[in-house]
This record gives sequence, structure tokens and C-alpha cells, in this order.
Amino acid sequence: MPINTTIAWMTARGLFGRRRFLLLLPLPVLLVALAVFARVTGINSGDWAQPVVNGLGFAVLLPVIALIVGTGVLGSEIDDGTIVHILTKPLSRAEIVWAKFLVASGVTALTAAIPLYVVGVLVESVRFGLGLAAAAAIGAVVYSAVFLLLSLLSRRPVLVGLLYVLIWEGLLGNLVSGTRVLSVEQYTLTYADKIAPTEYLTGNVSLTVSIIMSVIITVVCLGYAVLRLRSFTAASETS
Amino acid sequence: MTAVTMDGVSRWFGNVVAVNDVTMTLEPGVTGLLGPNGAGKTTLLHMMAGFLSPSRGTVMVGDQPAWRNPAVYRHLGLVSEREAVHGFLTAGEFVLASARLHKLADPAAAAAAALDLVEMTEFKDRRIDTYSKGMRQRTRVAASLVHNPQVLLLDEPFNGMDPRQRMHMMELLHRLGGEGRTILFSSHILEEVEQLSGTVQVMVSGRLAASGDYREIRRLMSNRPHVFAVSSTDDRRLAVALMAQPSVAGVELAPTGLTVRASDYGGFTRSLPKIALKEGIRVSRLTPSDESLESVFSYLVEA
Repeated sequence: MPINTTIAWMTARGLFGRRRFLLLLPLPVLLVALAVFARVTGINSGDWAQPVVNGLGFAVLLPVIALIVGTGVLGSEIDDGTIVHILTKPLSRAEIVWAKFLVASGVTALTAAIPLYVVGVLVESVRFGLGLAAAAAIGAVVYSAVFLLLSLLSRRPVLVGLLYVLIWEGLLGNLVSGTRVLSVEQYTLTYADKIAPTEYLTGNVSLTVSIIMSVIITVVCLGYAVLRLRSFTAASETS
Repeated sequence: MTAVTMDGVSRWFGNVVAVNDVTMTLEPGVTGLLGPNGAGKTTLLHMMAGFLSPSRGTVMVGDQPAWRNPAVYRHLGLVSEREAVHGFLTAGEFVLASARLHKLADPAAAAAAALDLVEMTEFKDRRIDTYSKGMRQRTRVAASLVHNPQVLLLDEPFNGMDPRQRMHMMELLHRLGGEGRTILFSSHILEEVEQLSGTVQVMVSGRLAASGDYREIRRLMSNRPHVFAVSSTDDRRLAVALMAQPSVAGVELAPTGLTVRASDYGGFTRSLPKIALKEGIRVSRLTPSDESLESVFSYLVEA
């Protein structure tokens, strides 16, 4: 499916034109800084790789960046009403959702994959770095679809998204093994583990389940987002 | 010819009925949609623009339903009330993007023509967030007109504009209406339609209360009695003098001051200073007491 470059261009400008964009910077900087610090001080990789890569990289950095970007591409336009400019055009709603999804996935993938690649190289090797980057990119795609839909379902997508990341993935994912099947973080770990197997990361979900669930979640979220956008109802405070 | 038709349209939100059984057809030319705040104007416009489904009845743009039908935007432009613009773009970029989204054959030419129409060509390279209210509004109109639509809907386009900007915008709307387009704008301020030379649809509490020629409605407006509260150094003597005026229909004397009912707004406000001067009375207060929109509109509804 071709991308509507005008929507993509406006979305990207909207994303980088807002101060909210600065929120994307601290986490990658922190991640790389921690890895550099550990490397320089000569701490054994086995001691810090797991908490930095998994605990910060995949459990926090990737979902939080995806949340900021994914809710920013559509949610902020719904918030300030500029969405009306795009909706009052004879465009299929799928075309709009698709363009916004690609921008969100691309920006999230780059912002998360680059620092994770650097960390991977510092931990072990270029291969490990590439594995982390590839897993982050796939995770970015799935998360973007989820958070894009979320911004059409809730007036407070960031809050709901944070609850999902912190409570469902962060807390329950560690305590109740059943929730892992519905955790994007777990799929991402599995991908990283399969692409570049190391002793630092272990996937708790099988690769097959990860692939199937990633595809299902992405497709269902995007499809439902299109449906929601078709019935987009303007908020009329004055009615 | 594309017209907008509403047939038996109602819209409710929970228990609140925002629009109640409205039937209207918009013809080419300028139409004003008038009514106090909360009368259902925005709800009506949102239904015409496909941003709200009618709870009952049908809303058609030409021969197509407005709801869930992006194809209607080929013939329809909307300038929403919320002043939402991409402030980080210039007017040129913004209107050009609109033209591209419409997939026009020559977006650059269409954008230039639209900017020219609203007289924004000269400022098109400045960022939108540096514009005045009126310029921003004109930019939004240009973006809504870039595909040369037959129908243009504007929700409170004069809100927050100064009189000069308002006149400018009204001229623009007239020009567009004169070209055979169907223009509908909403307003809760009667004075805003002073230069309107089209039809007026008046909404009150969700119902279509009056519709027709603006002159008819203007006449009803100027003939209604106006009530003023007046205080002076000698209320009783002023009351006697006022009763002699043909423009005054009645005077009531109270300890707090006078309540004057004037049948002729202009006549009364012109004669009061003369009388006060002649009688040597100092007027310390003169306030119109029934100028609330609701009273004006309810008067229209009763008439």
C-alpha cells in the first residue's frame, strides 16, 4: 500500500514541531550513558547487560518512546482539533491511518534501535547490537499500532498506555506468566534472543507465538483504528 | 447543483436533545445560521459536515449522505469553530498541503488561487502562528476552498474578529455566494448579520425557530420594544418629559430609578440627552436591560 506523503510530511512536522518531541531524548541518552559507564569502569558484562538492555531498554525505553510517538501522530491532532483538516478530505480513512502508522513506526524504530545497537556493541558484539536493533524495530511496529488505536479509543491515551506498560507488562508480566502471551515486551525479547542468542536475554514466549501474536495485534489494531476514524465524531462542547 | 438538505433531523446526546426535528434546504448564496449559544448550531453544522451522525432523519450533501462518506468532501469545505491550525506551517504550505490531500491535478496553482481569493498571497510565507486572528481565519477559509467546493460551512467565523476583519470576511463570503456557491455560517450575534443579504435560519433550543429573508428578521428586530434602566438627579421630572416623546411607549417609576420601554431604539437614544439638557437633569445611568440574546431570540420566535 503506498504512503500518502503529504500526511506523512505533516505528521512528521507536527511530531518534531512540538516540544513534546524533546521527551524522546533523555531515555536513549541515559541508556547509552549507563552502558558507556559500565564499560569504562570495567564491570563484567554479565552483571549489567541484563538490567540495562532488558530492564531499561526493552521494558522502558522502547514502550515509552512508542507511547510518546504513537499517541503523538494522531492523538495530539485530535486534542487540538487539527485532525479536522485531514478528515475533511476525500481520503479513505485507511490511507490516513496507514501514513500515520508508518511515521510512528519509523520514528520509534530509529529512536529505540540506535541506542540499543550501541549498547549491544558495548555489551558484546556488533551481532548482538544488530539483534537488539532488529528486535526493537519489530517491537516498534507492534507498539505503534497499539498506541495509535489507543489515541482513538481514549481521550487520555498516554495515561492508559502507561498503565499497560507499567502494570500489565512491567508488573504482571513478571509475576503472572499467563499475561506474557499478551505482552509486546515479551515478543521483543524473544526476537532479540533468536536473532542473536546470548546468555543475557531469554525469551519466555516461543518464537511462533511471538510472530503470530505480533501480526494479529498489529493488523487488528490498525483495522479497528480505521473503523474508529471512519466514525470520528467531533466533540461539540457548545452543541 | 449541490445543495445541502436536512430532512426531519434530530440529534440527542443521552437525555439532551441538541437538535430537534429540523428540516431545511440550503440554496446557493449566503445563509446565516443564527441562534444563542447552546441552540444546536454547531451540532447541526457537524452533521452537515459528516462529523456527527443524526439520531434520526437524513442529512444529504447533493445526493450523498454526509455521515461516514469522505467522498462528500469533494464538494464541501468546512471551517470549524475551534481555531485549530498547524501553527508551525506557513499559509502557503498549509493551503498547498490541503490541495495535495484533495489530490488536485495542479495543487500549486489551486493553492495560489485560493490564497489570492482570500487576499493572503502577500503573507503566505510567514508562519501561521504569527498571524492575526483575521488572517488565520482567512487562511483556514483558503484551505477549505482550495478544491473549489460547491458548499462551504463556517462555524462562528466572526468570533473574536474586530469590526474591520469582520467586514472583510463578510465581503469574502458574499463574493463566494455571488459565484453561486452555497455558503452557510453560524453566529450567535445578531449584529454580525447586518450586512447579510441572504436567507437566515434561526435556531432556538434545538428547533428551527424562523427562516427567511434577513430584511424581514431585521424589521422584527428593530421594531421590538427596548427596555432601558435610567437613573438621574430627578427621576420623576425626567419621566414626565420622556412620556411626551413618541419613541417612548411606557415609563415605570421605582425608588431605584426609571424603567423605560422604548418603541424606537434610535429615536429614544437620540432624544434622551436633549431632554436631559433642556430640563437640566443629570443622567447618571443608562443601561439597556433586555439585550440578552435569549430575549431577542425569544422575541423573534414569538413574532
